[in-house]
Amino acid sequence: MTRWIKQVGWRHLVGLLGLGFALGPLLFVFSAAINPQGTLSSSTLIPTGASAENFVKLFRDTNFAYWFLNSVMIAGVAAAASVFLSALAAYAFSRRRFKGRRIGLMSLLLIQMFPQFLAVVAIFLMFSTITDLWPAFGFNTWWGMILLYLGGALGVNTWLMKGFYDTIPKELDESAVVDGASHPQIFFKILLPLVAPILAVTGLLAFIGTINEFLIANVFLTDSESKTLAVGLYGLVAGERDTNFGVFCAGTLLTAIPTVGVFMYLQRYIVEGLSAGAVKG
Amino acid sequence: MTTKLGGPARRALPVTEPAPSEPRPQQKNTGLAGQFAKVLLLGLSVAIAIWAAFPLIAEEHWIGLAVLVAATAALLYIYLSPRHIPAKYLFPGTLFLVIFQLFPVLYTASTAFTNFGDGHRGSKEDAIVAIQTSSVTRVPGSTEYALSIATEGDPATGPIVFLITDPATKAVSIGDAGGLTPAGAVTVTSSGKVTAAEGYTVLNAGQASVRSQEITDFTVPTAGGAIRSAGLSRAYEGKAGRAYDAATDSITDTTSGKTWKADESLGSFVAADGERLVQGWKVGVGLDNFTRVLTNDSISGPFLKTLIWNFAFAIGSTGFTFILGLFIALALHSAKVRGRNFYRILLVLPYAMPAFAMLLVWRDMFNTDFGLINNLFGTDVDWFGGTASARIAVILVQLWLGYPYMFLVSTGALQAIPGELLDATKVDGAGVWQSFKSVTLPLLMIPLTPLLISSFAFNFNNFNAIWLTTEGAPFPADNTTNGATDLLITYTYRLAFGGSGAQYGFAAAISIFIFLIVAVVSTISFRRTRQLEEVYS
Repeated sequence: MTRWIKQVGWRHLVGLLGLGFALGPLLFVFSAAINPQGTLSSSTLIPTGASAENFVKLFRDTNFAYWFLNSVMIAGVAAAASVFLSALAAYAFSRRRFKGRRIGLMSLLLIQMFPQFLAVVAIFLMFSTITDLWPAFGFNTWWGMILLYLGGALGVNTWLMKGFYDTIPKELDESAVVDGASHPQIFFKILLPLVAPILAVTGLLAFIGTINEFLIANVFLTDSESKTLAVGLYGLVAGERDTNFGVFCAGTLLTAIPTVGVFMYLQRYIVEGLSAGAVKG
Repeated sequence: MTTKLGGPARRALPVTEPAPSEPRPQQKNTGLAGQFAKVLLLGLSVAIAIWAAFPLIAEEHWIGLAVLVAATAALLYIYLSPRHIPAKYLFPGTLFLVIFQLFPVLYTASTAFTNFGDGHRGSKEDAIVAIQTSSVTRVPGSTEYALSIATEGDPATGPIVFLITDPATKAVSIGDAGGLTPAGAVTVTSSGKVTAAEGYTVLNAGQASVRSQEITDFTVPTAGGAIRSAGLSRAYEGKAGRAYDAATDSITDTTSGKTWKADESLGSFVAADGERLVQGWKVGVGLDNFTRVLTNDSISGPFLKTLIWNFAFAIGSTGFTFILGLFIALALHSAKVRGRNFYRILLVLPYAMPAFAMLLVWRDMFNTDFGLINNLFGTDVDWFGGTASARIAVILVQLWLGYPYMFLVSTGALQAIPGELLDATKVDGAGVWQSFKSVTLPLLMIPLTPLLISSFAFNFNNFNAIWLTTEGAPFPADNTTNGATDLLITYTYRLAFGGSGAQYGFAAAISIFIFLIVAVVSTISFRRTRQLEEVYS
């Protein structure tokens, strides 16, 4: 028995403590969401009662359904498109040798290090003009948000993908060239399927990052119906911290569904891709 | 968009396994489907460009049109010519990068050399007009006009114009920011109220009262002053109390006789006693904003303190999450532990949860009066009220948000270390700690160092972590712009958009400092990583 504790038991103990730390706040969110009183002061760690009151309020009194749809659409399209753009660029950086390749790679990293949000003023002025000219791509629209987020498509992710392409033997491309394949064929039919795990991981991270983005969205989306979850939910507890807490937690739980869902769905790739992208040695 | 993951993992990826499945390359020819897709996509792009060109032409936006034409021409050239293969892959991403990131960033950086901010937004002419119109006061006995509010666009959002009827002649003029112009065909009632005007939509009382604030602020400049509204149906012409004199380049107050002389280096009108008018204009100030950070004691002192805490926060957040994540990963890294998948799925949950929402939940858990933490432990701590407790709280929140990620990547890295290596150290008689220190850890650090560096860079500028929890609190009594948990980035944000008047120029200068710091730290660390790899590989 002591042998078991020394060899295996303590590992479970650490695991359980880790779980306690991880799940404690989540349990609190859950309890607060089903707390019939719905205030912060009456919320406890262990649920004291159960009701769907907060969820009903969420859908009845706020535009939560719109926020949810907006977030999923914007984050989904932006993540998918930015992964694709990044995959294209990473191919050029990994497989092609051209003038400015090193400088290009370095500047991708450097641009990302500038505190982006300050550019909000410039971006705001720019989109004021865009709203006048092409209202479909201006403030309070999906497309405006998506285009803006695509500006960050090339960046750290491009480096990560390039690293992954580098692990795929060049002989593969070369033999394909001998067989008469063109470069788009090599890219789409040979390399892309092989980097699927890293595509899944970067796509997921981009998705989570976009859903979480608050600063720029807060400036851009002012119509209640066009807000994203981050902006909308923040508005719920910005003023009335105590009274809206239950409704806010209900919203948080529902917000978690797409991210946790995608996470679980891609679980297989994540462990494979994240650790492979990071190590595989 | 921000991601925690990143960093070049290129060298850490030795070419070992052959690809699992090698699709057989097809025969020569790019294939009909490929050609078709290419033509379709190019056609679509050109169609979008043409669609986008119409509003540009209509608004006579010639620079915008030139950029659009150039971009479209570049697109067609790159994809139709068989050469420049890398460009074909780089063009789409780079286009977005240049328009939505590079351009705004460069524009912002350039404002660091100006005094751009509240009171210094536009040109000198704008400032003079603003000073004159804001000093307009009603002269007793001046004519009162009948006023109708109209717009050229949507009644709720379109730009406002005043329809002004002269009480004696019943002539109607249209007044906008440019001045008065005679109106076209109009229908006027006997009281002087305009009910219809050609080319304009006249607002009814309800529509007008919704926009009453805008109407109150609206002024129509005239030769001697300006026309302003008095309520929603009357307007008067007032006299400007302050006038600009081009000969002396100064503003004079007509009643008190005080003068403010234009100072081109400050972008302000300054009186002899040093008083400045609120409305100034944008001028270049050279390196003033930068030297202000370094030499002005009331700024450089807090700046240095914030910088030190910023480093402590970034190192603390990255370090603690890494230690905890690695520890749990080590504990669960054993074939004897059952249910490892169960642990893994649940441990990752905090990472998969939406961070912005969980930050707000944590903020409320630390609430003094109703918060879970005080309730649970029966304490009464004002967490965000004290410097030390607030700092511990924000790092604890970061620990919770970040350790699942470190757990994931550590697990991956651990699995990649060959078991024989550890068995060999056991045979050699090394203890658990010794084999961890001299074999496992160095091998782990090779792939994980780049991730740690990018995690550091991310946390260094982790705006949400502070803004959504403490908002920088607690603040010292004598300085409300710089709190104890403020990072440079939240401090900058407050300067740029905060309540006490926006100082974009100054904020941009600080963000250039932030950029330099992060860039230098990252570059040095990446250099060192490369040395690490060369030592161990």
